[in-house]
Amino acid sequence: MAVIFPRWTNLIPLGLAVAGPVVLGTVVFAVWYWNSPSFLEVGYSPAQPVPFSHKLHAGDLGLDCRYCHNTVERGAAAAVPPTATCMNCHTKVQTESPKLAKIRESWETGKAVEWVRVHMLPDYAFFNHSVHVAAGIGCSSCHGRVDQMAVVSQVEPLSMSWCLDCHRNPAPHVRPANVAVTDMAWEVGSGTAAKARGDGRDLVPPEHCSGCHR
Amino acid sequence: MSSHEHTASLLDQVARPATGYDPVGGRDPLVTDRADFASITNDVCGVIERKPPVGWWVFFLISLGLLGLLGLSLAVLVYEGTGVWGINSPVGWGWAIVNFVFWVGIGHAGTLISAVLFLFRQKWRTGINRFAEAMTIFAVVCALLFPTIHVGRIWLLHYVFPIPNQMGAWPNFRSPLLWDVFAVSIYGTTSILFWYIGLIPDLATMRDRAKSKIAQRVYGAFALGWRGSTRHWQHYEVAYLLLAGLATPLVLSVHSIVSFDFAVSQLPGWHTTIFPPYFVAGAIFSGFAMVMNLVILARWAFKLEHIFTMKHLENMARVILLTGSMVGYAYAMEFFIAWYSGNPNESFAFINRAFGNYAWAYWIMMSCNVISPQIFWFKKARNNVFILFVVSVFVNIGMWFERFVITVTSLSRDFLPASWDYYSPTIWDISTFLGSFGLFGTLMCLFIRFVPQIAIAEIKTVLPAADPHGDPAAHKSHGTVEGAH
Repeated sequence: MAVIFPRWTNLIPLGLAVAGPVVLGTVVFAVWYWNSPSFLEVGYSPAQPVPFSHKLHAGDLGLDCRYCHNTVERGAAAAVPPTATCMNCHTKVQTESPKLAKIRESWETGKAVEWVRVHMLPDYAFFNHSVHVAAGIGCSSCHGRVDQMAVVSQVEPLSMSWCLDCHRNPAPHVRPANVAVTDMAWEVGSGTAAKARGDGRDLVPPEHCSGCHR
Repeated sequence: MSSHEHTASLLDQVARPATGYDPVGGRDPLVTDRADFASITNDVCGVIERKPPVGWWVFFLISLGLLGLLGLSLAVLVYEGTGVWGINSPVGWGWAIVNFVFWVGIGHAGTLISAVLFLFRQKWRTGINRFAEAMTIFAVVCALLFPTIHVGRIWLLHYVFPIPNQMGAWPNFRSPLLWDVFAVSIYGTTSILFWYIGLIPDLATMRDRAKSKIAQRVYGAFALGWRGSTRHWQHYEVAYLLLAGLATPLVLSVHSIVSFDFAVSQLPGWHTTIFPPYFVAGAIFSGFAMVMNLVILARWAFKLEHIFTMKHLENMARVILLTGSMVGYAYAMEFFIAWYSGNPNESFAFINRAFGNYAWAYWIMMSCNVISPQIFWFKKARNNVFILFVVSVFVNIGMWFERFVITVTSLSRDFLPASWDYYSPTIWDISTFLGSFGLFGTLMCLFIRFVPQIAIAEIKTVLPAADPHGDPAAHKSHGTVEGAH
């Protein structure tokens, strides 16, 4: 029989047997790692139109989170405050600061400051702030130590598996009744039982699809 | 062939046992026309080496046209979404599922013929096994197409596989739809392997006969260096037997699992324990009908009547009669259980099936599947190519309607009368289904053009020349056997 192929072609099946799983594994790993929210989203800290410092306001001055994000206990969204909230104080303090020029301009024209949203969930995930706050999940559980951030940065991946980690085992994240949800210094893990703060019944966070994807 | 002629030809073979008359079993020869080793190789390879007949071009061009239609339908589907189909509440499963079950059912004949009949030492399988296996693979390709596209967001199809991801999302292993993914993929993989292992000696024959450099290299690459040594044959036989053993349970398991898509749900008309065996019988029924149709066309177009003999067609007709009657029994048993269970929902579902809004589909199914194959009780009908072809077409129509009846009648009359509705397909449902025949036909035509459609090496073992008790004159061709054998 005539020889059609050179001898090295005998290595092709072996090569395919090795390369196939390696390539497949590499692709799966690459997508799993580099295309994940913990790689792409964590550390997102966009520049804001006004250099508002949470460190100064929430940290050093000790303003309660809810002074500005006032809908957080009642609504699905934690409202970004209107210029009027800023002007509650800034008609009296730092009235001439050049950093606040845009706030004053907004106040005069009535045109809202275009703050850039940092923590974004996809439209098909229905997150409700009020149920989480009512259950005793504090601000810092998801947003990190905002009181220490001059520029707000995303610290958690906000991926679905990250949500599910807590929904499957909420106890370490639920604060006891005597700790405020806005207490930024509270450490995760010191919570004892997953009990609702109001009536003390067991917390059963949804794990089914339509819990978040209605 | 009339029975008179048949008897005459049998007597003829008693007089001349060298033509393949089996001296022990007294059975019909499996290859007629005094074929010998060399003529078999020439006849089968000649189909590929000669220019194709006009009939091939007609089929190929029609298939290509339909394949283009499939491409268009898929483009519209992906661009617009599944809303282009007729599905809506309450009938969320329409033609896509019907077509999936239809095609995967057709894909059952190949493995039954190649694996189960191999283990049962049914020698008549040798003539048609290659052809039936190829048909199986192409039918499974068409079957896999429908669940793939029916997800709508086809770019998220990888969700069906257990791939680690940061959503923490994992396939639901309690869902029969996921079992389906694995059952059909494993079936497809095993069928391809089985087909390919069987092809290796014949690909080597094609390589050795190749006139052009390209053909020699392509067939040579796929022949994996086959030289036909005893060692090669020994490995080959073991691999073939192992794969036959592996494929045999799949014949039963795949369509059982497909039936779970329905049976595991709680809808009356679906939630039935008889479904797995009933679906398997129906799958073999439709698969054999499709093999029958294609073999009749191929033996006519390529003049292979001496290899695809009437004996093969008659045996397939018997399988069709048997499985058709099993399917008929299952239809009757469903009605009996609906009455015997005393469950008003169940009774309603079946009365509605026969006399309700889709009664027309039910009676098409009954006449095609249960009544039409009964003609095969008559030997004359089993030996009439025209009747064989027409009844097989009826069986395929009937089996498509069976899946339509099961899927749509139960959904359109669910538990909540307020949601009842009448489902009709849109133009895109129809074009996608027609297009799948284009895909199937194109693959089948290419297979016939480039791959030996008969297992050359294997069929030689049932030739009279291979029979040590046969006429020594039949061994005359030993000297002309190709190098690969």
